Amino acid sequence: MDATHAHDHGHDHHPRGLMRWVKTTNHKDIGTLYLWFALIMFFFAGSLAMMIRAELFEPGMQFVHPEFFNQLTTMHGLIMIFGVIMPAFTGFANWQIPLMIGAPDMAFPRMNNWSFWLLPVAAIFLVGEFFLPGGAVAGGWTMYPPLFIQGGVSYDLNIFAIHIMGASSIMGSINIITTILNMRAPGMTMMKMPMFVWTWLITAYLLIATMPVLAGAVTMLLTDRHFGTHFFNAAGGGDPVMFQHIFWFFGHPEVYILILPAFGIISQIIPTFARKPLFGYASMVYATGSIAILSFIVWGHHMFTVGMPAAGQLFFMYSTMLIAVPTGVKVFNWVATMWKGSMTFETPMLFAVAFVCLFTMGGFSGLVLAITPVDIQLQDTYYVVAHFHYVLVSGALFSIFAGAYYWLPKWTGHMYDEKLAKLHFWLSVISMNILFFPMHFLGLAGMPRRVPDYALQFTQFNQIASIGGFIFGASQLIFLIVVLKAVRGGTKATDKVWEGAEGLEWTVPSPAPYHTFETAPMVK
Amino acid sequence: MKIKRMLGSAAGMALGLTTNLAHAAYELNLQAPESPIADQIYHLHTLIMYVVLAIFVVVFGVMFYSIYAHRKSKGHQAAHFHENTTVEVIWTIIPFFILIGMAFPASKTILAMKDTSSPDMTIKVTGFQWKWEYDYLQEGIHFFSTLSTPRDQIDNKATKDAHYLLEVDHPLVVPTGKKIRMLVTADDVIHSWSVPAFGVKQDAIPGFIRDTWFKVEKPGIYRGQCSELCGKDHGFMPVVVDAKTPEDYAKWLAAEKAKLAAVVEDPNKVYTLDEMKSKGEKVFTAHCAACHQASGMGIPGAFPALNGSKIATGDKAAHIHIVMNGKPGTAMAAFAAQLTDTEIAAVITYERNAWSNHTGDVIQPSEIKALRK
Repeated sequence: MDATHAHDHGHDHHPRGLMRWVKTTNHKDIGTLYLWFALIMFFFAGSLAMMIRAELFEPGMQFVHPEFFNQLTTMHGLIMIFGVIMPAFTGFANWQIPLMIGAPDMAFPRMNNWSFWLLPVAAIFLVGEFFLPGGAVAGGWTMYPPLFIQGGVSYDLNIFAIHIMGASSIMGSINIITTILNMRAPGMTMMKMPMFVWTWLITAYLLIATMPVLAGAVTMLLTDRHFGTHFFNAAGGGDPVMFQHIFWFFGHPEVYILILPAFGIISQIIPTFARKPLFGYASMVYATGSIAILSFIVWGHHMFTVGMPAAGQLFFMYSTMLIAVPTGVKVFNWVATMWKGSMTFETPMLFAVAFVCLFTMGGFSGLVLAITPVDIQLQDTYYVVAHFHYVLVSGALFSIFAGAYYWLPKWTGHMYDEKLAKLHFWLSVISMNILFFPMHFLGLAGMPRRVPDYALQFTQFNQIASIGGFIFGASQLIFLIVVLKAVRGGTKATDKVWEGAEGLEWTVPSPAPYHTFETAPMVK
Repeated sequence: MKIKRMLGSAAGMALGLTTNLAHAAYELNLQAPESPIADQIYHLHTLIMYVVLAIFVVVFGVMFYSIYAHRKSKGHQAAHFHENTTVEVIWTIIPFFILIGMAFPASKTILAMKDTSSPDMTIKVTGFQWKWEYDYLQEGIHFFSTLSTPRDQIDNKATKDAHYLLEVDHPLVVPTGKKIRMLVTADDVIHSWSVPAFGVKQDAIPGFIRDTWFKVEKPGIYRGQCSELCGKDHGFMPVVVDAKTPEDYAKWLAAEKAKLAAVVEDPNKVYTLDEMKSKGEKVFTAHCAACHQASGMGIPGAFPALNGSKIATGDKAAHIHIVMNGKPGTAMAAFAAQLTDTEIAAVITYERNAWSNHTGDVIQPSEIKALRK
């Protein structure tokens, strides 16, 4: 990343070498660290998925044992959520929020450093589980007891890692909220903030509200495991289902933690490449807020098969269906922003358009799953796997790619290789559909998720999915090449980078100097 | 070798040659419904799919038209509008009404699914790692139902038969045309009892009893699988239901009762070592080998070995205790309630005299019986 600083201004003093990164309090350095961390974990968790798809290529046990297969699915989920999507979004927040609101840095720079450096520690714990006796955690990323109580020492390490990641997220959120509320440039009122800043503000509140709930849930698991509490053990007066209520009270807002910043990124990119302001800015803000509030009253839809009373099923079905309204508003607004624009389709826009289309497909399968009787038929089948990969891969991940290509010239000072980036886009978007679309059919036909082997009638679609998976996995190496090439050199990027770009981040040079907005800009 | 086979079948698929399976490949929809609830679910799903498809075509029709027409390369100039309250109100309210249209039939189905009142018969199903137990409460019979697919098929050493992984030794047998209420619970971890053709999926929660119901008109075999991750062999505990006409069901019931009466054991019978070993091996294969393995070597780090272990070669009483009462906090279940005195005595005898264990101990059923008091 040293190329970033080839054009440092005279007053940009910072230590060189490794200690620069260890001790940095600079929001741009910390943003870079978060993004590289996420990319490395992405390839690790992705390689776990490749092993899953290899094992599922044919019926019968080929490569791994069932217990190792369960470790693969569990760790793939945990790392992709806590080690890839969340750190990547936090990386974007660190880089972009101060630049977008005209602040010189984050509000608490030292805490910012600490928030980041907790993550590699948690990652070492998570990855290290594979080398412990009994292997990694194999009870699913949802960690349901009593199964989770049965595990070995890696389960305790996993709980510790979650505590650390939770602390990191909470500190990051406090930093983001304080920065946004207190450090905006004069004239930038709340309703003038870029959408990305708005979505992160709301996401940070969700994180602060839910991470302690998760920490509580896993601590109860820990004391059930070792100290004879019986929170989740019926024999001691507890209830295994109570864990699910607590977990999903965290888990459903978590789903929106993973998608609201994506909405923000897409809301920056589409206006830029449509050369037209975002349609319905105010309704976008209100829709984001509504989604966040509703996210706290829908957790029961993850548990329709536990046998809750009819009243509970009806309540959670209605509240879940309601979420379709603000989400629909967002999609309509994006389409209206594109309407009668003057569009060009550089890679960030391609990923953004794919996001709108494919995320909506994930939303539609979500609507199907909101209908309780249909959900009961599809719960814990591949239909659910298809659903959440449409919202997390073609949703969250594609928005991260879109944002990375969009801001890479600002970060590195070089234009990325557009040809290679487009190749990355087309291979990803096609193989992603080959990979996940057939899973809808597998789920409808009744194939359960988290199984290492399957009945013969599921063979064909699994083979198609695996082939799509291998292409998708290989395609991501192109992304790595594009990023490395842009870091090392390339066409010099202008300050504005994109013709239709609007906002404070495009008023500073590319690459953004080590210190920006030491004197606050005026926003009209 | 494996890679080669994978590449071969990938190439075969690319040429469209792959499927040599007789049945149901490329199935695109829910399984054919065979109960009133499954039928309602099927039609709900179809209704929602039509609504969703219509919205998709309209919204993305607009978007792709815009992508085609409003591009800079075609010289399109950007308009400057960025608000329109009327439009925004309309597209907030219309989805609301569409949702109400979907919620109405769905609510009716929920209430029907929940109505477990006045059943014709009640069966209790208990999930274990990794088998099901069916208990016919009024009829007084019960049995375990475990996967019957041979290990060689799973390990790719034998050709897989048509119902690979969806076949069991003792299916649940039910009469057709009767409302059957299932009481669902579990012994160790959470499982989920599921039969897609009946629209039934109910989590089996240890310590709690939940209920669900189904009614099937057409005699036949219906297959499902455990649908909640329950550990290593989660993928290997299918649900098989054999629906028989009431006459055939009555015949089956009579035969089961007769079988039960024929095998009443004499608890005071004294067995020889060889008798117990051969009985015990069968019990071990059915209930223990999934974790401790047929070789007695277990799975290092996950499930302990019995071959040469302290428990299986040391104090007899400690060995009996762990088999009967399990080990809390681990996957080791309490078998006292699952197995008969003879079975427990036999399996412990087997474990103490199999592989490299040669204690010479013979445990008699009477010893187990004495411990039960």
